[in-house]
Amino acid sequence: MKIVVCIKQVPDTTEVKIDPETKTLVREGVESITNPFDEFAIEEGLLTKEKYGGEVHVITMGPPQAKEVLKNAYAVGADNVYLVSDRAFAGADTWATAYTLSAAIKKIGDYDLIICGKQAIDGDTAQVGPGIATQLNIPQLTYVDKVVEIDPDNKKIKVERLLEDGKEVVEASLPALITVVKDINEPRLPSLFGIKKAAKLDIPTWTADDLPVDKDKLGLKGSPTEVVTVFSPEVRGGGEILEGEVPEVVTKLVDKLMDMKFIQ
Amino acid sequence: MAEIKVLTDECTGCGSCVDACPFGAITLENDVAVIGDKCTFCGACVEVCPVEAIVLKKDEKRVQEDIADYKDVWVFIEHEHGKIASVSFELLGVGRKLADDLGCQLCGMLMGHGVEDFAKEAIAYGAEKVYYIDDPVLEKYRTEPYARGAINLIQKYKPEIVLFGATTQGRDFAGNVATTLYTGLTADCTGLDIDPETKLLRQTRPAFGGNIMATILCPRTRPQMSTVRPKVMPMPERDASRQGEIITESLGMSEDEVRTKVIEFIESEQKVNLTEADIIVSGGRGLGKPENFKLIRELADVLGAAVGASRATVDAGWIPYEHQVGQTGKTVRPKIYIACGISGAIQHLAGMKTSDVIVAINKDPDAPIFKVATYGIVGDLFQVVPALTEEFRKRLGK
Repeated sequence: MKIVVCIKQVPDTTEVKIDPETKTLVREGVESITNPFDEFAIEEGLLTKEKYGGEVHVITMGPPQAKEVLKNAYAVGADNVYLVSDRAFAGADTWATAYTLSAAIKKIGDYDLIICGKQAIDGDTAQVGPGIATQLNIPQLTYVDKVVEIDPDNKKIKVERLLEDGKEVVEASLPALITVVKDINEPRLPSLFGIKKAAKLDIPTWTADDLPVDKDKLGLKGSPTEVVTVFSPEVRGGGEILEGEVPEVVTKLVDKLMDMKFIQ
Repeated sequence: MAEIKVLTDECTGCGSCVDACPFGAITLENDVAVIGDKCTFCGACVEVCPVEAIVLKKDEKRVQEDIADYKDVWVFIEHEHGKIASVSFELLGVGRKLADDLGCQLCGMLMGHGVEDFAKEAIAYGAEKVYYIDDPVLEKYRTEPYARGAINLIQKYKPEIVLFGATTQGRDFAGNVATTLYTGLTADCTGLDIDPETKLLRQTRPAFGGNIMATILCPRTRPQMSTVRPKVMPMPERDASRQGEIITESLGMSEDEVRTKVIEFIESEQKVNLTEADIIVSGGRGLGKPENFKLIRELADVLGAAVGASRATVDAGWIPYEHQVGQTGKTVRPKIYIACGISGAIQHLAGMKTSDVIVAINKDPDAPIFKVATYGIVGDLFQVVPALTEEFRKRLGK
């Protein structure tokens, strides 16, 4: 099994805020982390390798600083990691990102399974996984919460997908792309040895010239969408604290909620 | 490739651009702005520079040639397990307004097997036409045949705008369709309107966990496509007397060509699904132990509500992940969200702070949940929640 995991370095979005006066993002003290859903993708790659044999390749697209998340992936056990980085990729929307990553996956070649996190917590689009599958013309299985089984000889994968109203068991032919949700596993922590090994690693960087791409489809230029304005959402203020003994506050609250004429 | 440069002779080192950069890509070195690798060419710095010392050169982008041929607003009519997703009706509501603003028709796009009734439903909610593909291959939702059907319809009839629900199904398949058509897709929109001058669809969505909002356009390719968050757009009136046209098309894909197979569907024990729920009762660490979710379930049952949970309780194994609300769980927007014993970590708030009414019950008066709560009760949830259940039961005669 040749497994490719796609990950993203994201700002820890819980700390990103807009300065109410200047209307700009306050980034001071905001750390960069591996997108939480991608931690599960890496772990699923490692588990799959442990069960069925093979190798795990991890890629990320981003500025040179994104090497940090690749080091973490290497420290927990990825066999190979690659940084896809070029100024020509900057400003990519989900279309151009999926296009670029799929070119990097083609360069790795002979893949059986591609694993992505369900979505990244900075953009929350969940579009890059399906975009990659479409670019590579392979089946996609999104929102996977369990890989039931893989049959490497007959090139089949069976998974459970988490839907709004239940779970769906689906089978697909390999190669395939899956996107995973949080529930699928528990990511391991790196060993001290792993961290030391990763610190010494020289990470290969692929630029646009290294990939089989049409340069007009990269970065800002290749992106169909454009962000025109960014603004701060309305801040929700605290409301009313209901005071009194329990029976009293409960009556007050029920009165207020029943007034919405909505509860039946 | 786009280029950006700082005219070093003009730059005064004021630092306005450093503050304005959403990506933290600009630093000051020797009192001159230096733009680093994190730059995405967004142009925020160009706008704020008081001395016009930053020059951004963007490339000419590809413009689709037949852009003027595209007209009408389409809504994907999503259904699963014999039921239309209510977000599809909400989209017909907002779609009506967009179509009126553009002076074009509102149409449904429906795929499935033996679901012509759903086409009539779409008409009752405002569609003037429904494009319908009926094929046994489409009986159960699967990405490939649904994407193929949508792509065929879009290429043939050329809609200007296509809207999908930002549901599991909508997000699974819209990304596939947009990739093949090489057009823009904006995820999880919470606002849609037509720019009165350019007639472009303005798509507004939260990003960075809801900390910022962004408005996005798709100016050069068609259709303009969005997935839209459920429960954000108001539900339109149903009128069964409305008349409309149903246009049937064939799929042109056989079962052999589909590389996935649905083996089985295991229905959730949860009676009400979180993303469609009008009321959600959620429990947090304050419950103390898994058995105490019983209190949450009892209140939810009386209200016909869905049961939500904080990340802490899911990680502790008290309740399955499908109940988790927040950044790594579900984003919900019910009319009433009742948080019991939830402190309100920012990751949780990201998943529920746009609910219409938030009720917080917590014994800690300093809990951050009270900062977003419409109504707060500082008290012991073990007394308050059962009393609430009892009071509602009485009032509702249950």
